[in-house]
Amino acid sequence: MNKTVNHKAWFLVLPVLVLVAFNAFIPLMTVVNYSVQETFGDNTFFWAGLIWFEDVLHSERFHAALVRQLTFTFTILAIEIPLGVVIALTMPKRGIWVPVCLVTMALPLLIPWNVVGAIWNIFALPEIGLLGQVLNGLGIDYNFTRQPGAAWFTLIAMDVWHWTSLVVLLAYAGLVSIPDAFYQAAKIDGASTWAIFRHIQLPKMKRVLTIAVLLRFMDSFNIYTEPFVLTGGGPGNSTTLLSIDLVKLALGQFDLGPAAAMSLIYFLIILALSWIFYTLMMRDEER
Amino acid sequence: MAKITLAGVRHSYGSTRDDRADWALQHLDETWEDGGAYALLGPSGCGKTTLLNIVSGLLRPTEGRVLFDDRDVTDQPPDQRHIAQVFQFPVIYDTMTVHDNLAFPLRNRGVDETRVKARVREIADMLELTDMLGRRARGLTADGKQKISLGRGLVREDVNIVMFDEPLTVIDPHLKWQLRSKLKELHQRVGLTMVYVTHDQTEALTFAEQVMVMNEGQVVQIGTPVDLFECPQHTFVGHFIGSPGMNVLPCTLEGGKAVVEGHAIPIANPVTSAAGRLEIGVRPEFIDLADRGAETGVPVEILKVSDAGRYRVVHTCLNGFVIKALVSEGVEIPADGARLALAPEKTRLYADGWLVPDGGTP
Repeated sequence: MNKTVNHKAWFLVLPVLVLVAFNAFIPLMTVVNYSVQETFGDNTFFWAGLIWFEDVLHSERFHAALVRQLTFTFTILAIEIPLGVVIALTMPKRGIWVPVCLVTMALPLLIPWNVVGAIWNIFALPEIGLLGQVLNGLGIDYNFTRQPGAAWFTLIAMDVWHWTSLVVLLAYAGLVSIPDAFYQAAKIDGASTWAIFRHIQLPKMKRVLTIAVLLRFMDSFNIYTEPFVLTGGGPGNSTTLLSIDLVKLALGQFDLGPAAAMSLIYFLIILALSWIFYTLMMRDEER
Repeated sequence: MAKITLAGVRHSYGSTRDDRADWALQHLDETWEDGGAYALLGPSGCGKTTLLNIVSGLLRPTEGRVLFDDRDVTDQPPDQRHIAQVFQFPVIYDTMTVHDNLAFPLRNRGVDETRVKARVREIADMLELTDMLGRRARGLTADGKQKISLGRGLVREDVNIVMFDEPLTVIDPHLKWQLRSKLKELHQRVGLTMVYVTHDQTEALTFAEQVMVMNEGQVVQIGTPVDLFECPQHTFVGHFIGSPGMNVLPCTLEGGKAVVEGHAIPIANPVTSAAGRLEIGVRPEFIDLADRGAETGVPVEILKVSDAGRYRVVHTCLNGFVIKALVSEGVEIPADGARLALAPEKTRLYADGWLVPDGGTP
């Protein structure tokens, strides 16, 4: 087969390149630009080198936000992934209940994020919210606007409510793709329910679970809207996650240089952790 | 090891059971002798897999009982029946090694680990899997995986019956015959009752001592490969087995002879009267071709001749009905027309598809 050489074809790629340049590359480069400069206003900038990066990396405020962020992300992963798998396992595989379950599961995913924050804010208010009133009625002193522990509990409950469905749907997709013969063979082999889960269902779900973990990791590490609406980062700084902190730094204090440096560090952390997750979970696939 | 008895087994998947078509499996009374090699042969959707799943316990029959020796196992789940089943697509446990795959059914039953090791080694030797024992099962070829599926069945010492559900579907053609002869050899070696489900007549006829031909949910004939070939009990068997299949021609009955388009043809079954839609069946192998000038035989036109290796298939035409005859290489085929001599002892009368019994039907 002879390949036709036609360089004009490159023009067809141009629209995509322009689009990517304007929505990703150029904004990212402005951030890089800010991160190495200092300004005193009036649009005059001075070269600052890597000073903002050093500042951010040594900042206790950044460390605290990062620790809160990691705590949040790993807590919700530890809850949502197993819970999602368990729910997927209990869902019917065929029959009229399948669409009912699927639609019910998909509902939380369809609600806009700020609405989720608002729903939970009102739901959890100690004076008027259903959750807040019930908990206080049971004699539990619960006020998420004043107690950091309560704020964290509400934040995590909200995220689990909002996003477990995604894990359920992905795990369910993995489960229904397992041919019946596997279950029949396992029955004949006398496998226990646990052995079926361990040796058939879990390995077959592995790919979709990897995707679920990656998506939930990245999304939860970037989470902004819901905690912003629910707690605004408070009480105090107790639920100030990285993104909230970043917005405070960039738009609240207008410290463009440190905020840009923090953005880049934030981005690299997500990139690095995603890569580690992916590599660990896919390690066996090669063999 | 056990004798398997199916007593009055019927099965329906739906909830309505009024019509014949509602039954995936029509009434079935069958016995599989201990240590026998059986094949279930039939087209897709004829009920083979349903029957297999009823024996293995994956399905509970709507009616009837399943007996292993004299024990009624109808209500027993598969793991208590001590059966082995090999599925169409290889079922292996991806994350385990070949060794652990083979050990799995034993470990699930709490067998002592030294015994497990010895038994796995023995089975691996038998299936030529020994050098792969340490490898991940996932990396094996389809035939290797299918051997593991089989091995997981054989590894248990209390297996009553081994069932194969079209096990060679995903195997490369050049490995098919290898694996097939391996199965045959295994059967002779371990002496287990084996049932082999397939829609491929070659597989069925080479594997089994007894072949059950199924169609539309019922068994149309059980017999040795030779029986099925030489004396089909139903025109379906005649069509389904043999290549090309049996010639079937509508006829009437006059004085113990079949009359096809005005030509009296002697038949093998001594029949005086028969009711229903009458046909004669005769295999292409049992028809001789003579030239037009011969004194006896049915005059036909020759439509075409196709080459099938060591013999040729002659397509002839009698008033619009096609009759095929097999002719050896080197035999001259008349160009303008011929007479067909149908071997009387191999030409049989069928009524509504079924072979008319000696004496005929009233």
